[in-house]
Amino acid sequence: MGQFFVFIKKEFYHIFRDRWTMIILLILPVIMLTLFGFAITTEVKNTKLGVFDPSKDIATRSIIQRLQANEYFILKKFISNPDRIEDEFQRGEVGLIIVFPEKFYENLLHTGEGQIQLITDGSDPNNAITLTNYATNIVASYQQELNKTAVIPYQIVPEIKLLYNPRLKGAYNFVPGIMGMILMLICAMMTSVAIAREKEKGTMELLLVSPMKPLVVILSKVVPYFFVSIINLATILLLSVYVLEVPVTGSLFWLIIISLIYIFLSLALGILISSLVNSQVVALLISGAVLMMPVLLLSGMIFPVESMPYLLQLLSNAVPARWFIMAIKKLMIKGLDVTSIYKELIILGSMAFFFIVVSLKTFKNRL
Amino acid sequence: MVKVENISKKYGKVQALNNITFNVDKGEIFGLIGPDGSGKTTLFRILTTLLIADSGIAKVDGYDVVKDYREIRKIIGYMPGRFSLYQDLTVKENLEVFASIFNTSIEENYYLIKDIYSQIEPYKNRYAGALSGGMKQKLALSCALIHKPVLLFLDEPTTGVDPVSRKELWGMLKKLKEDGISIIVSTAYMDEAGLCDRVALMSKGYCLSVDTPKNIIQKYDKILWSVSSNNMSKLLKDLKIHSEIESCFAFGDTHHITLKNRITFNELHNYLMKLGHNEIEIKTISPGIEDCFMDLALKGADDASN
Repeated sequence: MGQFFVFIKKEFYHIFRDRWTMIILLILPVIMLTLFGFAITTEVKNTKLGVFDPSKDIATRSIIQRLQANEYFILKKFISNPDRIEDEFQRGEVGLIIVFPEKFYENLLHTGEGQIQLITDGSDPNNAITLTNYATNIVASYQQELNKTAVIPYQIVPEIKLLYNPRLKGAYNFVPGIMGMILMLICAMMTSVAIAREKEKGTMELLLVSPMKPLVVILSKVVPYFFVSIINLATILLLSVYVLEVPVTGSLFWLIIISLIYIFLSLALGILISSLVNSQVVALLISGAVLMMPVLLLSGMIFPVESMPYLLQLLSNAVPARWFIMAIKKLMIKGLDVTSIYKELIILGSMAFFFIVVSLKTFKNRL
Repeated sequence: MVKVENISKKYGKVQALNNITFNVDKGEIFGLIGPDGSGKTTLFRILTTLLIADSGIAKVDGYDVVKDYREIRKIIGYMPGRFSLYQDLTVKENLEVFASIFNTSIEENYYLIKDIYSQIEPYKNRYAGALSGGMKQKLALSCALIHKPVLLFLDEPTTGVDPVSRKELWGMLKKLKEDGISIIVSTAYMDEAGLCDRVALMSKGYCLSVDTPKNIIQKYDKILWSVSSNNMSKLLKDLKIHSEIESCFAFGDTHHITLKNRITFNELHNYLMKLGHNEIEIKTISPGIEDCFMDLALKGADDASN
């Protein structure tokens, strides 16, 4: 047992004394999460708003005020000449222009119908749809309020409700994906590199020519990275709740349980890789190509699994991250309870078991 | 102590070891002498249970290297050819790690490594990677000895080490031998053969001869001359084409030749004069281990081609 602790201590020395290992282990997850959460986001904030308002009545003013009060839009300018609208887009002055007809309020009162035109740059369709959705929602909310006081409803407003992500928050999509990626990266890549380093430097040779059991060698390698992964898990959850404002709506307990299973699975994969290769570079490449690519492309993190070709869908079943991300989405964002993730739990659990057995079997007693 | 019988090992198409047979007695310093690529490291790895031979039997202290590898791993000390300690751990931490691997402590066997370790102890808080070559060797040796092995395997411990440290290392091995530890050491430096009790000369996977260094030299039956002139590279070529000369090798600042038939100094002198050599010097010399090795390697190559 003393042997085991000396080895864990030694492994922590390796981690703490190498600046780059430290950076990768502790800073990288934070950078990745903030990057994906803030910079690379599908969410649109502070869009410059242009307004053409020939009516200038109580209704238009009220709608403009609402738009302005929202964090998504900043009122940039009033446009006086409708011919200049295209000009404004070409100069990139505004992201959305709202065009009111003449006598908007009067028409609304008399005919019960008011028309508004929302103009935006369609060359980025995702962005355009998001923007118009925001604006439509805001206009709709005004109409509802107007109808409360009116005897005859002015207009039946179609309700647009976006499930789970009412504000189309980008972070909602990315947090589970980032979790799947970072944990895989830290656990699998770092353990495989750490074991490959022992082989490369020749120290594995010395460990083998000793009474130490291979299992102890492996476990002492894995334990420190397990702790680091727990720290990362905590960092990710804290960051996403308090900085990205993605709350954990479901069971935190089961969220942690499934994360632990996923961590074990990734560690086992790391050991498996390390027993197949002899150098750190190859270990890095294999974890990059064999683990990271599927996590990025096949897990549903970026491209939805449902829209993949059938063959890739089949392939994505074998990617542990896919199941992990699915479970995290259910627990964290949809706020479902543990009964909804039985399937994921079973699949990840058996995958973890499988890889642990295989990695222990393939660990060589000799060179 | 160690019994090697007809050990062979192939890497792909390369025959790394070819029917190697020898015994190592308890309490002796046994040297595996041969140039790079002669199979020394492969043999070490088989004996230290890191590799499995294709055929043949090897036993270490009565234990079979394949079947009883766990037992062997408890009783041997191994120092690989490459410096294989943790460079980002300090001297003391390295020693602690290796002591713990063998379930022992530095204090328990301190007496064994005292002479060696005391020399690097002033630097015990320095990272192993920052030590000089000689000090690294001393640390590696300390780590290999910390569990009091009965048999020590040292793979080219003097390669890349300065002459003073080399001398020191051999001195340490002598002391360890007195402590009752058997030692198998490999080296590519022929001049170190004389420091071993017995040696196995190895070349290209073959074991050429196993004997004491003295006996190996005594068995040498050729006439050996050393020749030098003002143009040594031309001299080597000219000697090689001489019909009466059996072999010719460059040895530092002279060439060593062996003769097929007896020719005289004068005959050779005249031959070289005609070819334009000046300052010619020819001497009869007594053979060293390296001469024996060259001779045996040549015979071995003949035997193999026959």
